[in-house]
Amino acid sequence: MHDLILLNGSVLTSEGLRRTSVAIAGDRIAAIGDDLGDSKEAITCDGMWIGPALVDIHTHLREPGHEWKEDIASGSRAAAAGGYGAVVAMPNTDPPIDAGHLARFVRDRGIDVGLVDVFSSGCISLARRGATMSHFDDLWNSGVRIFTDDGDSVKDTALLRAAMEYVASLGGVVSQHAVDPDLSAAGFMHEGSVSSRLGMYGIPSQADDITIARDITLAEMTGVHYHVQHLSTASGVELVRSAKNRGVRITAEVSPHHLTFDHTAVASTDANFKVMPPLREPTDRTALIEGLSDGTIDAVATDHAPHAALEKEVPFEEAPNGMLGLEWAASVAIGVAGLDQERFFDRMSIRPASIAALEHHGRPLAARDHATLVVVNPSEVWKPATTASKSRNAPYLGMQMTGRVHMTMLRGEVTHVVGS
Amino acid sequence: MKHFLTTEDLDRNTIEELLDEADGFAEVLTRPIPKVPALRGKTIATMFFEPSTRTKMSFDKAAKALSADTVSFSPGTSALSKGESLKDTALTIRAMGVDLMVVRHKATGAAWRLADWLDIPIVNGGDGAHQHPTQALLDCQTIRQRFGSLEGLEIAIVGDIKHSRVARSNVFAMATLGAKVTLVGPPTLLPVDVGSWPVTTTADLDGVLPNIDVVYLLRVQTERGGASVFPSFAEYAERFGMSDRRFSALKPDAVVLHPGPMNRGVEISHDVADDDRALILEQVSNGVATRMAVLFRLLGREHHA
Repeated sequence: MHDLILLNGSVLTSEGLRRTSVAIAGDRIAAIGDDLGDSKEAITCDGMWIGPALVDIHTHLREPGHEWKEDIASGSRAAAAGGYGAVVAMPNTDPPIDAGHLARFVRDRGIDVGLVDVFSSGCISLARRGATMSHFDDLWNSGVRIFTDDGDSVKDTALLRAAMEYVASLGGVVSQHAVDPDLSAAGFMHEGSVSSRLGMYGIPSQADDITIARDITLAEMTGVHYHVQHLSTASGVELVRSAKNRGVRITAEVSPHHLTFDHTAVASTDANFKVMPPLREPTDRTALIEGLSDGTIDAVATDHAPHAALEKEVPFEEAPNGMLGLEWAASVAIGVAGLDQERFFDRMSIRPASIAALEHHGRPLAARDHATLVVVNPSEVWKPATTASKSRNAPYLGMQMTGRVHMTMLRGEVTHVVGS
Repeated sequence: MKHFLTTEDLDRNTIEELLDEADGFAEVLTRPIPKVPALRGKTIATMFFEPSTRTKMSFDKAAKALSADTVSFSPGTSALSKGESLKDTALTIRAMGVDLMVVRHKATGAAWRLADWLDIPIVNGGDGAHQHPTQALLDCQTIRQRFGSLEGLEIAIVGDIKHSRVARSNVFAMATLGAKVTLVGPPTLLPVDVGSWPVTTTADLDGVLPNIDVVYLLRVQTERGGASVFPSFAEYAERFGMSDRRFSALKPDAVVLHPGPMNRGVEISHDVADDDRALILEQVSNGVATRMAVLFRLLGREHHA
């Protein structure tokens, strides 16, 4: 007797898309097929997409050190609600994750909470100071596969080169917050017609492009797997495209907010629209959607960045950067970016898991594998009203969205279901 | 009108009504007792989170000439220095029984935040490099007094446009009143992508001066946002300063405005600053009457009828 059957959904299996059913018993997928026998429970999944649980390679869980914004428990709840089975936490915590015991703390807290597999990334530079290498071997031996100083770009080209050479020898990924620190130092938003109207210091698109171009040169030199975080410009997409065509080992991600909003949203001076890199031109947004669709951009990564109300209820220029994303990224990928089912699971689960080298995630469903999966209703129109995060810095709240995560399952345990 | 935040959305009729009202208040200010009871019993708070002399005093004087009570706030002596947030500070002062707030803040949009949080009219006394709408009113008032109307006037705003809330406010107010506005400055001080602004831009001051009726000079600084923006004050003065030579090349009835404080010898020569056709002190005087008009418009209508 199975525990649960997901009946007649559109299932991404290891043999491709099938209209079929999935039976779950214990922590495993017992069978995939049309005539699966008895089950304690069955859910009709007509019109639903079923596939591997989503994987976010760019999440700020804020623990340790910034627990008033988020912690691993609240962040895990938000991740489960967003359809995620695994997240990679960013290391810009307090203390920053620059040594193995800190990465193990993050992973172990995730295991205690048990809603999503939490992996930690590690810093490129010790204490994120941009001066010397962090403890790469120690981090690697504690399971870290992605190295980044996210929140800051690694400015020192010699340090970045050395880090790339070292991380390449381990087989890891150097992941860059690609915004030139000099060109962006004074800025608060995209430099363009809106910043000019507002009299706000701008950050030109070239701030991203210059860093990406430099880093591609170093990636070719060192052979490392180089990953560009949160692409925001059309020209950045083009740099990634041409590097991929040359055979450079490069991957790239885009955030849900760069897919959804552009700099005109900042005209309201609502600090919830303050993100880094900034929301750019409508033409950049279009190019990001195209890049995601054609595969130049490998992954949607949330850059889920909780900040407390007191930190965001200030004038725009005084607010910290970032917005929430975990709970609505799937809706953005479907309703805004228009991904079909195959691309949806490729960019939201399969490729992100591959970038982060997560063995048990991002696998098309197959009998005897772990039942780590998500059920998505691609046509449901809904308006998010609440969040599981501790923070509420999300312009998505109250916005009409298309596509909704219906159920999330981690190794046979239901971690989220709509209506619960 | 619920708040007075920006000149961008003011229509011509509204601006002209405010200027007409200001003309009336200007007359009040010449009386032996320069005071009317229009806002008696009202309390106006001036919240200046950024240092200011003339604007704060001007609002204070305007409120008092309307018989309003005033309370003021300055960050150095406030709970802000104890870490209180802008929102809590504003809510606290509102709770004391304040009917209107004038706010100046170094951040763009600060006045909009207060307008969101509070249930009383907010007057923007300057937010970052964004807007300073009462400055634009007093400037238009000064020009209107001299020329009768702004319709068809050629106005050059010269200098650090990029970092100037005065320029941003004036561009839209002046254009709405029918003036043709040209922005003049080095490329580092002109804002990018001004396609939606009712202006033309140039770096050639001498090329435009012969046709100009009003030269509006802005204060300049050599460094902005940590970046160098022009080589030296001397080079700036040579290329963009209102020198005696340039002044003598202007049309005979052309005038010069400056929002203060001036760098004499940089954007304006010593003698030009003191010339009768430099209307700098008229601007300051008009500030009180135009601010009276704004305060009265937002608070005084119920008593006026």
